[in-house]
Amino acid sequence: MMRARVAYAGAIHEAVPAPPSSRSPAGENLRLADGRVVTEEQVVWLPPFEPGTVIALGLNYADHAKELAFKAQEEPLVFLKGPGTLLGHRGMTRRPSGVKFMHYECELAVVIGRPAKRVARSQALEHVAGYCIANDYAVRDYLENWYRPNLRAKNRDGATVLGPWFVDAADVADPANLGLRTFVNGQLSQTGNTRDLIFGIPYLIEYLSDFMTLSPGDVILTGTPEGVVNVMPGDVVACEIDGLGRLVNTIAADGEFGR
Amino acid sequence: MPFDVPPYRLSGAVYGTLLNHRSALAALGDAVNGPPYGAPPDAPVLYIKPRNTLGKSGSVVRIPAGITELEVGACLGLVIGRTACRVSEPRALDYVAGYLIVADVSIPHASYHRPAIRFKARDGYCPLGPAVTACAAVANPDALAIRTYLDGALVQTANTADSIRPAARLLADVTDFMTLAPGDVLALGAAGPAPRVRSGQTARIEIDGLGSLSIPFMDAAS
Repeated sequence: MMRARVAYAGAIHEAVPAPPSSRSPAGENLRLADGRVVTEEQVVWLPPFEPGTVIALGLNYADHAKELAFKAQEEPLVFLKGPGTLLGHRGMTRRPSGVKFMHYECELAVVIGRPAKRVARSQALEHVAGYCIANDYAVRDYLENWYRPNLRAKNRDGATVLGPWFVDAADVADPANLGLRTFVNGQLSQTGNTRDLIFGIPYLIEYLSDFMTLSPGDVILTGTPEGVVNVMPGDVVACEIDGLGRLVNTIAADGEFGR
Repeated sequence: MPFDVPPYRLSGAVYGTLLNHRSALAALGDAVNGPPYGAPPDAPVLYIKPRNTLGKSGSVVRIPAGITELEVGACLGLVIGRTACRVSEPRALDYVAGYLIVADVSIPHASYHRPAIRFKARDGYCPLGPAVTACAAVANPDALAIRTYLDGALVQTANTADSIRPAARLLADVTDFMTLAPGDVLALGAAGPAPRVRSGQTARIEIDGLGSLSIPFMDAAS
């Protein structure tokens, strides 16, 4: 099952995909839990589940590590993100004026469904509730070599986009073989496949749960493959992952935010 | 996940600030200019203590197998009272509801190059409390003595006056790129070098006017 969390007409709703209707023959429709059918433009999309701890991976695809001139890590490069950075589908992410390199990162997000403490690799997937797409923006100008990647580069307001759908684990046959694609203004700019993860999902759950108890709602953003390019205000960035949908986001200038 | 620290319900988001106390930066000496850092920190360098790390005064902190000592970073925590986005330095403290003690427990690590999640984000490694003291009861957050005791003996004295970024300046710089929400905690940064503790010992952190936080340490196996 795929489900979304959306705001519509004064409340927050769970919603599922609905077939095209006479009201919206082309666009994507949603059926709210209360029965109403609405178009995707009529709602405000929120992250599709209530995220707990947000755990992210850096340099977890060999090609991307090479692209950034890093040698592959011996241990996963893990960093954490706070709640203020999260954003839903069709949202806006600010590019600060004057920066030279801000890029998207299309990533498979793994959502924990059962508490995980010292879970072995072989059992790890039993603790996964489902998956969604993440777009984990970075502003490279702000990178410093202290706890790198530092929060100013990676934990900016609205710079971690999740959605559009939360997809049950049971509906993802093989999370280790999903194609990823990013389009900027319709042009394909990034491709990859989760089979090329350096540290795969079972390994990451074993590694993390050895020292931190993972709880339902905690989410692991598994890293991005090569093909990150600079994005500018007005650019529309769409991240796709096989079977999970298409996560769209627009880059906005400082002016939109009263700066 | 909300985390109750009377009289407040915290949001569960706790941010720490690396090397914001002059003594912590000084403890690194010239290394701050060498590889891999190249320069001292420019913007505030933050880290996150996730919800699995949160604990109360008296909660036992476990020392994992193969590790003999942990460090205890005694910090002043600012509890956010209302949404703080791009706050100006002169108004920044208006966004603070109160203060508490934050014990940033870590496995000692020599390098600050990569986020030290395995060393800092372990279960129970962020006891905080004992309560949130309202702003009105704290005359000046930038002049508070912080004392750390180990089994009753004073092992470290620090003062928030020695912060590189005082509370208001830190809030202004942080909220320029990340909004803080009511109940979020931003810790000002511990003095260095942080005291080391062993299994069987109890640390106690006192901050003027905020009470004290007690942290017993035990081996993971015991």
